[in-house]
Amino acid sequence: MDTPAKNSARRFRIGVFPGFGVWTVLFFVYLYVPILILVFFSFNGGKSATVWSEFSLRWYQTAFNNADIQRAAYNSLVIAFVSTGIAVVVAVLAALVTSRGGEFRGKSLAYGTIMLPLVVPEIVTAVATLSFFAALGISWGAGNLIIAHTVFCIPFAYLPIRARLEGMDSSLEQAALDLYANEWRTFWFVTFPLIMPGIISGATLSFIVSIDNFIISLMVAEPGVTTLPIYIYSLVRLGVTPEVNAVSTVMLMISIVFVAISYIAGKR
Amino acid sequence: MTIDAKFPAPKLPQIRRSADSDFFNRWARLFPSLFIIGFFMLAPILVVGTYSFLEADPYGGVRPNYSSAAYAQLVFEENLDGSWGFNPSYVKILWRSILIAGISTALCLIVGFPVAYYMARQPVDKRNFLVLLITIPFWTNLLIRTYCWILILRDTGLVNNSLISAGILDAPFKMLYTNGAILLGLVYTFVPFMILPIYASVERLDLRLLEAGHDLYATRWQVMREIILPLAKPGIIAGSILVFIPCIGAFIAPDLLGGSKKLMIGSLIQLQFSSSRNWPFGAAVTLVLLAFVLIVLMIYAMKSSGKKDLEAA
Repeated sequence: MDTPAKNSARRFRIGVFPGFGVWTVLFFVYLYVPILILVFFSFNGGKSATVWSEFSLRWYQTAFNNADIQRAAYNSLVIAFVSTGIAVVVAVLAALVTSRGGEFRGKSLAYGTIMLPLVVPEIVTAVATLSFFAALGISWGAGNLIIAHTVFCIPFAYLPIRARLEGMDSSLEQAALDLYANEWRTFWFVTFPLIMPGIISGATLSFIVSIDNFIISLMVAEPGVTTLPIYIYSLVRLGVTPEVNAVSTVMLMISIVFVAISYIAGKR
Repeated sequence: MTIDAKFPAPKLPQIRRSADSDFFNRWARLFPSLFIIGFFMLAPILVVGTYSFLEADPYGGVRPNYSSAAYAQLVFEENLDGSWGFNPSYVKILWRSILIAGISTALCLIVGFPVAYYMARQPVDKRNFLVLLITIPFWTNLLIRTYCWILILRDTGLVNNSLISAGILDAPFKMLYTNGAILLGLVYTFVPFMILPIYASVERLDLRLLEAGHDLYATRWQVMREIILPLAKPGIIAGSILVFIPCIGAFIAPDLLGGSKKLMIGSLIQLQFSSSRNWPFGAAVTLVLLAFVLIVLMIYAMKSSGKKDLEAA
């Protein structure tokens, strides 16, 4: 859409501002260069974290053979799998009610409660959960972390599933009910396959937020239960090493793969 | 029960269950998620509220005696002779946090607005790709993304090393452990929260309005000021709140990039619950932070109808 040029030989295009394009390019440089630097130096063979000497996978080897890292990774994975599993099941149930259950009293209150973990600052949730466990004397090792993670995973699982249900016509489900399928069979054979992309998307997102979570894990974790972010934090506090670069790069890659899965699932 | 008293309205064919079983089904299915969040998040916040009125146990935790010492400690300190004097250090930390969160929000707006606007003016395919590029860092580990900046900013980091080896600097220029480093880290972390809501509101912008503005002899910047900015306002407000709230309670960026001397509320709370072992005081600071966040959210809820933009993001 061009209008005739005004006082200028250059073509005047509506809604285009000079410099915004360059600014955007610079912004993406700002956003991605630090990450690329980290990835680049994780392949550094030398002992320094930021002075390049030669290409090598030696720090990946060191990291993978580090027993502490193995234990922390194992904890992180178990906590993320269990929390995601619970969060997805309860989120599907909740989303079916809020998107298919019609209007009812208390609906917005229920929605607000599910969204609560996204609104409250993480540090508040962290110390609140810590105080709560201390007050009740709950000391279940990794169980404490699984509970804390499940809480904030629920909205991340719920939102994509809800979005899928809202964007989906309910006529197929009604057809199944008309054809004498009971509610359970309707859910299992019609609704469930249809909302699968939403479930995959929600599950991957809550898996990522669980595996990446730091501040809540740091406060809630009992002595002896370390997750990968907590371990990385303790390494960073001691000093910057190439080993940190390698572990961090692995974690970044995990997140990026999962975001890609979620994105592709969401597009279907 | 009021439900029994109501005359049943004529029902659409697909609704076969009675109102009672509807009620039961709904709440039975909502129960697990509401229970988990209610019991393990709302109840803990009440516990922290209670803790702030108890006595501190020097070995961590609390003693079950009422005390308002935690709140008094926010503003006053006990002198050696037993009298209480004004102690500005915690008020200063609160003020610093508000100030840094405010500046970060403003910087995110300045950095993010042109990006959001430019993205919204691209063809659909490119637009979706750019949105994905903005969201990927959001889903990657905050701690690691902040750590990247240590590699760049520290005295023996990339910037100082290359400037020194190029002969521009003789001694490293101190960048890490400054307020500037905290701001850089916060903006880096939270700018996607600013861009996405603004993008959502600018994307719907009707180009004909801009055309009309130009036809009436407005310059580009007048169009920006008079037409685009007012229409993008809901997105700007939503984005500002989404940035401001996590910034004010931020822990990682002040801790890693600001060092131990540049405390913000988040680090202050964390310290009280770990090495300082003054849980009631930490709980009191937590409540102050929570109250502050709730006030901001309530003003937002009352003043604007920008809820849709928040959800669209």
